[in-house]
Amino acid sequence: MLATIEKNITWFLACKTNDVPTNGGVCVKYNDDQIALFHFARRGEWYATQNECPHRQQMALSRGLIGSQSEEPKVACPFHKKTFSLKTGECLTGDECSIKTYEVKVEGNNVFIGVAQS
Amino acid sequence: MKIIVVGNGMVSYKFCEKLIAKGNTASFDITIFGEEIRPAYDRVHLSEFFSGKSADDLLMAPASWYAENNIILHTGDPIQQIDRSNKTVHSFKGITQSYDVLILATGSSAFVPPIPGVEKDGVFIYRTIEDLEMMTAYAKKATTGAVIGGGLLGLEAAKAMIDLGITDTHVIEFAPRLMPRQIDEAGSNILKAKLQTLGLKIHTSKNTAEITGNGCIDGMLFSDDTKIDVDMLVISAGIKPRDELAKLSGLEVGTRGGIVVNNKLQTTDPSIYAIGECALFEGMVYGLVAPGYEMADVVASNLTNGGKVFGAYDMSTKLKLIGVDVASFGDPFVAGDNVRSVVFEDTMKGIYKRINITGDGKQLLGGILIGDAEQYNMLLQTVKNKVVLPPNPEDVILGSRGGESDGGAGVLSLPDEAIVCSCESLTKGMICSAVTEAGCETIDAIKKCNKAGTGCGGCVPMVKDIMLHTMKAQGKYVRNVLCEHFNYSRQELFDLVKIHELKTYDEVLDHLGKGDGCELCKPPVASILASLWGEMILKKGNDTAQDSNDRFLANIQKGGTYSVVPRIPGGEITPDKLIVLGQVAKQYNLYTKITGGQRIDMFGAHLNDLPAIWEKLINAGFESGHAYGKSLRTVKSCVGSTWCRFGLHDSVSYAIRIEERYRGLRSPHKIKGGVSGCIRECAEAKSKDFGIIATEKGWNLYVCGNGGSKPQHALLLATDLDDETCIQYIDRFLMFYIKTADTLTRTATWLNKMEGGIDYLRNVVVNDSLGMSQQWEAEMQVLVDCYKCEWKEAIENPEIRKRFNHFVNAPEVKDPTVVFEEMRDQKKVRDWK
Repeated sequence: MLATIEKNITWFLACKTNDVPTNGGVCVKYNDDQIALFHFARRGEWYATQNECPHRQQMALSRGLIGSQSEEPKVACPFHKKTFSLKTGECLTGDECSIKTYEVKVEGNNVFIGVAQS
Repeated sequence: MKIIVVGNGMVSYKFCEKLIAKGNTASFDITIFGEEIRPAYDRVHLSEFFSGKSADDLLMAPASWYAENNIILHTGDPIQQIDRSNKTVHSFKGITQSYDVLILATGSSAFVPPIPGVEKDGVFIYRTIEDLEMMTAYAKKATTGAVIGGGLLGLEAAKAMIDLGITDTHVIEFAPRLMPRQIDEAGSNILKAKLQTLGLKIHTSKNTAEITGNGCIDGMLFSDDTKIDVDMLVISAGIKPRDELAKLSGLEVGTRGGIVVNNKLQTTDPSIYAIGECALFEGMVYGLVAPGYEMADVVASNLTNGGKVFGAYDMSTKLKLIGVDVASFGDPFVAGDNVRSVVFEDTMKGIYKRINITGDGKQLLGGILIGDAEQYNMLLQTVKNKVVLPPNPEDVILGSRGGESDGGAGVLSLPDEAIVCSCESLTKGMICSAVTEAGCETIDAIKKCNKAGTGCGGCVPMVKDIMLHTMKAQGKYVRNVLCEHFNYSRQELFDLVKIHELKTYDEVLDHLGKGDGCELCKPPVASILASLWGEMILKKGNDTAQDSNDRFLANIQKGGTYSVVPRIPGGEITPDKLIVLGQVAKQYNLYTKITGGQRIDMFGAHLNDLPAIWEKLINAGFESGHAYGKSLRTVKSCVGSTWCRFGLHDSVSYAIRIEERYRGLRSPHKIKGGVSGCIRECAEAKSKDFGIIATEKGWNLYVCGNGGSKPQHALLLATDLDDETCIQYIDRFLMFYIKTADTLTRTATWLNKMEGGIDYLRNVVVNDSLGMSQQWEAEMQVLVDCYKCEWKEAIENPEIRKRFNHFVNAPEVKDPTVVFEEMRDQKKVRDWK
């Protein structure tokens, strides 16, 4: 796995840009973790969050619909349509727990996800 | 001011919320001591724990809420002693803390009658989440159950037993009728009959003498010497105020329990208050949540220099017990010389309504509603606001019969001071101003704005009515717009997409919407595009606008695996094809089940395996069944005249022809059809969106039927049709529906909202009153002609096929978190928490 380390963040190569559908998500394997990676093409932005929806612990967020609520980019879990901010991970529908978010950077055709070192 | 709250239930939480809402929080120093290990949770909806809600779902607020509001919360640490002279409390874990004001919100415990044997294993009370967890564990080995108590809580407990899978459950009530505090005997009889049809065995005037069994309960013995066998018993015979701490501290308590309070909810020690079910006000303990909230508000108001006092509280209540509406309002039992009652009883439908009115017929005093409580809110407001009754008072429960429509003043006739949401003490005027001043135009916005309807939820329909009326009064054009990104209804959007010839979701958003879209508008727009142009739903970037099921052409199931449903038109299948289904299911280790629509569903397929599974199915002659789409599902058929000695026509052949005509058609919601070969109706066609039943002369066509949560029989549209005319009519009917229905609206609801109803629909479809028939038939023919199996296209197109992997960077790895268990020789997915 290609990885570089800077400022306590490990950047690893997740996939190529065209591996991710426009305005949709994919699931990335990082060791034993699952990370949902989204290409928010309408705004030219990339986001990454944990793949597990905290509501029923389902590995499904990468298969959810993305969109916005006012200006806030969000993803809706396919199971019960709980929505989460892609920026902060905060749940936008009620009091569910929040989700973890990751930094993403694109260099050429390569998409990297930044994982904080523990 | 140092405030200590003893107890952390719903009323305790509400007190804190109300106090904080009054502002000036810096001057308060709030500490809560609770006995239970969890922060306050919603005890009213406890039974939802069994229908899938988790303990966290039931929390009034997460633990973090207390910290955010500078409230110190000690859970699992009950107060054991109050030292009134030094104004301090001592907790179980040894904390000693001083107070200026002490709030007792200790609630109540279950009243357990002194019956010999109550200590046996398998005897439970129904009060806390822990009780429910213990019941759940025990229920696994129980087959018959009983509940002592036929009141509100007892019937809730009986529902819990049914939810736990113990359908053989007895309800034992000491009084001669069910819910003796709320309803009369005639009402009780109707309720009893309804509950018995659900499998409950109801015994009234029954006194339990002994609980038998050696260590564990095995039966119950009654004072009339009868007995029953039971493995599990829940006692829910009433509540007992938790007043032991108050008693120990020398505060006055009632002879039958309850901490005595004045109209400011002060106990005999003016710096100690009692609120909720532990308080005794004018000889009465209030065992409902709404008066408890009102008490919380009174104390919060008095601590912030408001002058509110607590008065006799209205105990009107409406609830759904095991699916049956039960309501009682005002004075349900009042009788006397100057009082009359109007009673309506329908034992067929299980409906009972009683209203008590003054002798002059002008004022409503109270009443009872069973089986149909739709008028509850309006009737309660009529009592509370002394609204003058119409000349024929029975109209308020029966609706106006004959003559002009009732002029249904409805919510309009209410004064602005009328309390609409009693949990939050909100008046009609406050809800109107949420619309006019705060600009709320959805129920969710109102809930956020002033919390209306967030307690018991009973007033939500009325709040919605008030909102719509207020919006109309402001001259707003009220319609169902899709979401914040499209200010159009589905019907308007359908026409606009067609006029502008838009082909992708992004084009539609750019031309007609704003923002970035969301999960509410993407699926309906994608559906409109498919209905209009008939293109493969995953092409042109529309894949990420499809709901998850459409996007992966399969139904997502618990655990994240998918189910596979090939089309079996009319339910007819050859032995060879059956064998292929068996082979595929075996090879990919799939759980198999026959569906309600005469097909075979194969569950537990990993995303990665879907293309290979479908490749095998398609090679064997199968095609997509569209079980994942808002589209035609099945056309169910009986075996018809080819085999059946009663059959008039060949229903199977006709069903196959129709299913193949409309397969893949996208619509506002799913569509189901049925064809029966004779009047015996074995295909249950009248429960379908369109149903066809053979007659001597041809086919009768019925439309807009529905199973589901609100079953409705299809209505007769046309009679004695030949094959071609019947299809022509279905073409027109479906196109009219697809073009005009709101999103996620089945044909039954669509018809119910249509002005003129079935007569209007018949005019449009049969008599062509809109002159659209030719165009609709032509448009349908285009869609029929461009049908292709989506799965065939998906597996042949490498760009689409590569999306069927769980990990983008490890395509060969399946989701490792999926765990299966075994059940009846097949697999099942591990249940979620």
